[in-house]
Amino acid sequence: MTLGAHRVSRTAAGRLILDGVDLTPLPGSFTGLLGPNGSGKSTLLRLLAGVLAPASGVVTLDGHPLGDLGRRAVARRVAVVEQQVDTQLDLTVLDVVRLGRIPHRRAWSPPTPADERAVRTALERTDLTDKADRSWHTLSGGERQRVQIARALAQEPRELLLDEPTNHLDIQHQLDLLALIAELRVTSVVALHDLNLAAMYCDRIVVLGQGRVVACGTPAETLTEALIADVYGVRATVTRTGEGPGDHPHIRFLGTLPDR
Amino acid sequence: MTSAVVRAAAGLAVLVASVAVAITIGPADIGVGEVWSAVASHLGGRTSELTPIRDGIVWNLRLPRTLLAAVCGAGLAVCGAVMQSLLRNPLADPFVLGVSSGASTGAVVVVVLGAGGGVLSVSGGAFVGALCSFALVLLLSHTLGGTTDRVVLAGVAAMQLFSALTSFVVTTAADAETTRGVLFWLLGSLGGADWTDVQLCAAVLAIALLVCLGRARTLDAFAFGPQAAASLGVSVARTRLVLLCVTALLTAALVSVAGAIGFVGLVLPHAARALGGPGHARLLPVTALAGAVFLVWADTVARTALDPQEVPVGVVTSLIGVPGFVLILYRTRRVNR
Repeated sequence: MTLGAHRVSRTAAGRLILDGVDLTPLPGSFTGLLGPNGSGKSTLLRLLAGVLAPASGVVTLDGHPLGDLGRRAVARRVAVVEQQVDTQLDLTVLDVVRLGRIPHRRAWSPPTPADERAVRTALERTDLTDKADRSWHTLSGGERQRVQIARALAQEPRELLLDEPTNHLDIQHQLDLLALIAELRVTSVVALHDLNLAAMYCDRIVVLGQGRVVACGTPAETLTEALIADVYGVRATVTRTGEGPGDHPHIRFLGTLPDR
Repeated sequence: MTSAVVRAAAGLAVLVASVAVAITIGPADIGVGEVWSAVASHLGGRTSELTPIRDGIVWNLRLPRTLLAAVCGAGLAVCGAVMQSLLRNPLADPFVLGVSSGASTGAVVVVVLGAGGGVLSVSGGAFVGALCSFALVLLLSHTLGGTTDRVVLAGVAAMQLFSALTSFVVTTAADAETTRGVLFWLLGSLGGADWTDVQLCAAVLAIALLVCLGRARTLDAFAFGPQAAASLGVSVARTRLVLLCVTALLTAALVSVAGAIGFVGLVLPHAARALGGPGHARLLPVTALAGAVFLVWADTVARTALDPQEVPVGVVTSLIGVPGFVLILYRTRRVNR
């Protein structure tokens, strides 16, 4: 049992952002959330995190509606990495990663050994141990993204929600990051723009278009020439990379389609 | 943990020493030993060896005034730190929600127009005014959408409105002497301090400090904004309401006894961050101590520098504080880039 969105809708300023979306990732799986800009990916992630409430439908964690669980209880299970966050405070990498322990800590008590261990492990997994004392403001965009992911790992989540985590990363760090998420034994839902990266790492893919689920299934089932033309308005050829477990679709883009 | 205890003890020692030295300074020529023995006999429940007048200067003027300076300094600085974190705005101070302008309007209405029929004191009027202003800010920011920048804008609107009301009342109804008295009070003065003020403000400060310290971790969670705080398990709307109300009440209590002492709430939190780091469990006590020590000395200068004339303490806080502030900004500039 894990997170699930059941027929969730959300409107903003009279416009329907999400329209009856279902998303039920398998426990421990890596789900890629694809779709053009404005298709509702970020909104869906926020509903799953319980930061926004659906206008209709329900998001459940282990079968219980998020609203019944309490914010702290949800934050001990579900960690979120938003796109491009910033702070005015002069925080070090270590300070930021320690924020991840807030849902686990009690008022008036110092950090426990478990807190310190979780922070250390998170820094190691994201390769940031030797940057722990660096100031947030001196970091590159990619390093900041990794620090936020370390903070999310410090929450020791069983569900991880990431909104375009590979933005600003060079290709090596993009691959490292997605491999790291795939290795973690957590249920992750990751909004992505790069279809080939999604094809390489995701167990399942959900494609959103104008607030609805257009396709869902394995990468091979969902990432077809017809779907890419339909959802993105782009001509592409899709080839298979080979046989066996490493098999995944490879997409080559040919150009945009004329007005549809 | 032990080093934290040592640091806390050292901070408290600096504060106690500051108070102990500050009460020996003043125009009345009372020796250091005499001052301390007078205080010691009062604390020990004995009668002082000083003449009643000299004893009164120490025990009923200097000591309550110095203690009120410490309480106001601590309270204003902590309010500033909480506001800056909560509103994610380095320019936020305890007066950002219009509390001080509301207080001044309330005080002016009592002093100049004689409202309240003598039942309401200046402090009482200021407190009522401060609460009216804060209520208006809450109402405005709620109807305007409740986001952080809306709270700040609503505060600015209330501040302008109540300043205009104060000016209107002062210019249309007050004589020159009353105006001068009101202006002095607006700039902040600890001259009227008595033991009741100290006890009242210390009690409010203690409660507010406990509430804020209990939410230290929650305040840390706001570093990357309300959305990030929510995803770390914080009830953003409730936290914001509780902390805004607590800091507004504390500010209202302080402003109504001491006037709008500026600068402390804006700058001391930045100085404290340079000293104690960004984590609120440590930042809030450090801010409180730094604010207390700073205002004790600022007020000592205010009441002695131009003896026998007194300078408003708000003037001194800015004159001493601005160079220090620039220095802090200069140092953090090099850290950041």
